[in-house]
Amino acid sequence: MAEVLLQIENLSHSFKLTKKLKLKAVDNVSFCIHKGEIFGLVGESGSGKSTLARCVMNIYKTQSGKIIYKGVDCTDKAGFKENKKMLQKDRQLIFQDNASSLNQKMRVCDIITEPMRIHHIKPPRGSYRAEAAFQLKYVGMDESYLDKYPSELSGGQRQRVAIARAVSMEPGLLVADEPIASLDVSIQAQIINLFKHLRQEHGFSILFIAHDLSMVEYLCDRVGVMYKGSLVELAPTEELYSNPLHPYTKALMSAIPVPDPLLEKKRRRIDFDAADFSLGGELVEVIPEHFVLKEQ
Amino acid sequence: MGNILEIKNLSVSINGSGGRVQAVRDVSLSLHEGEVLALVGESGCGKSMLCKSIMHLLPKNAKIESGSIIAAGQDISHYSERDMRKLRGRLFSMIFQDPMTVLDPTMSVGAQIEEAVIHSNKKLNRVQRHNRVIELMELVGIDRAEERYRLYPYNFSGGMRQRSVMAMALAGNPRILLADEPTTALDVTIQAQIIDLLREIQIKLKTATILVSHDLGVVARAADRVAIMYAGKIVEIGTAEEIYYDPRHPYTWGLMRSLPAFSKGQDKLNTIPGMPPTLIDPPKGDAFACRNQYALGIDYEEMPPMFRISDTHFAATWLLDPRAPKIDRPIGGRLYG
Repeated sequence: MAEVLLQIENLSHSFKLTKKLKLKAVDNVSFCIHKGEIFGLVGESGSGKSTLARCVMNIYKTQSGKIIYKGVDCTDKAGFKENKKMLQKDRQLIFQDNASSLNQKMRVCDIITEPMRIHHIKPPRGSYRAEAAFQLKYVGMDESYLDKYPSELSGGQRQRVAIARAVSMEPGLLVADEPIASLDVSIQAQIINLFKHLRQEHGFSILFIAHDLSMVEYLCDRVGVMYKGSLVELAPTEELYSNPLHPYTKALMSAIPVPDPLLEKKRRRIDFDAADFSLGGELVEVIPEHFVLKEQ
Repeated sequence: MGNILEIKNLSVSINGSGGRVQAVRDVSLSLHEGEVLALVGESGCGKSMLCKSIMHLLPKNAKIESGSIIAAGQDISHYSERDMRKLRGRLFSMIFQDPMTVLDPTMSVGAQIEEAVIHSNKKLNRVQRHNRVIELMELVGIDRAEERYRLYPYNFSGGMRQRSVMAMALAGNPRILLADEPTTALDVTIQAQIIDLLREIQIKLKTATILVSHDLGVVARAADRVAIMYAGKIVEIGTAEEIYYDPRHPYTWGLMRSLPAFSKGQDKLNTIPGMPPTLIDPPKGDAFACRNQYALGIDYEEMPPMFRISDTHFAATWLLDPRAPKIDRPIGGRLYG
């Protein structure tokens, strides 16, 4: 087994709605990401996937639980401060909405090299501009885009710029929060190929958050299913897709559209009733490496 | 089976700051009574523009250049706004992509559906209207309708909002329903529910439906016929079985192959290289030629006509010309035996 890159232990995060009412967005979640692994996180909107991503990136202050990245406890104030530079450089985030994650008033060239200037890194390829051109080429765009503004680019190109910006720091962990949700099918395939390429060439570990289950099946090594803040099932991709055990996972799987009209019209969807089960309990290893949330 | 809607040689252009965009180029299409026609294509290919021009909901800088739209026997392409208002909601209505932009956040959902009911039938009294609203809400699968009548859009989840929008669209018993990417803003599970609901209602009320989507996977469940659009033109049209099992246009191949289901076990997903062309000054020949690995010389010179494959199946590609070289089609047949 490869070494563990990121370890999350009993992480919880809740938002205060009113004085009395609290929303548990992430509830007692534990899992780990190995080095060089693409870990998929799926679930419906509001299930806490994005909150979890933000907790992992230390954008939200952790309320309880531990996030250990490369042996450093990110939730420990002193430990975080000591390794702040490494932690911020080594983990990069790609957002869902590429139009708002890129500064409208900056050129592509400046956007891509901004993290380098922040971290006072000398560009390994001579100038910032050369570095930006290299990164752009890497994600499949040519130099002519360097002086363009985000508004002049299409959705797929903007997402590539966002990826180039994240990749320029050569991060150990890439957190991609629904990077393909707003793109066309053919462009989605291009971006997915890019992620696969990045992993093969550079050995990036990726936490890939999505609600498109067929893309997750194709890209990821292991998949975790989240529902209402809890991780309900966790298994290697093939195992999970061929043998879903949790009722929610079964419902999710049955909702994946199949591009075959005769089959699809006959297929029955499994409906999921939230009242069927409670979210208490702990992840239990049912089959080796296949964990399901079960009440004790 | 009669045609409820017939579009003949429709061209729509938009005057933008960069020039005149030919959003819809010479589209001919017919919608049979009681069927679901799916309109599939990448963003910017003119799917939404086509729907909006049927409803006469085009933005101010867009206009219908030529062609005719015949709905239920009448040519509506030159109807005034006043005449159109009588048709909207009764002859056809539309469901939009994002339910939150359609619903008024300051009005209760029941009151908004009631507005649509009033528009479609002014003679109903208060009790009848209320009953009709409840009936509609139950039709689209909103249970405990009496309670939810008073709730506001922000109390509803995304799926529930889309259901209420559907209730509003169905208030006037329209004969044509235009659904413009009704599930794009929703989750997979909710998406499947809404597609099923759309199909269910369509069978119950016998509404002819145009379902716009960019995902061939989603469409498979609901569509009787599928039309593939690219760069403002329809490049292939046929029954769902014909399009999925026997696609003929290279663009349809590309769209199908970029679905992950077709790349299982492969190292890379199949992609369509390049970007769709801008329609300000569309290329002379086949607009897809520069992204098409099977492009022939003539593709760059002349627009391919619609070749007939069967009575229902047509495709616009020179590959179907008897003079074209034989090539191995990359896909075809059933994926799951």
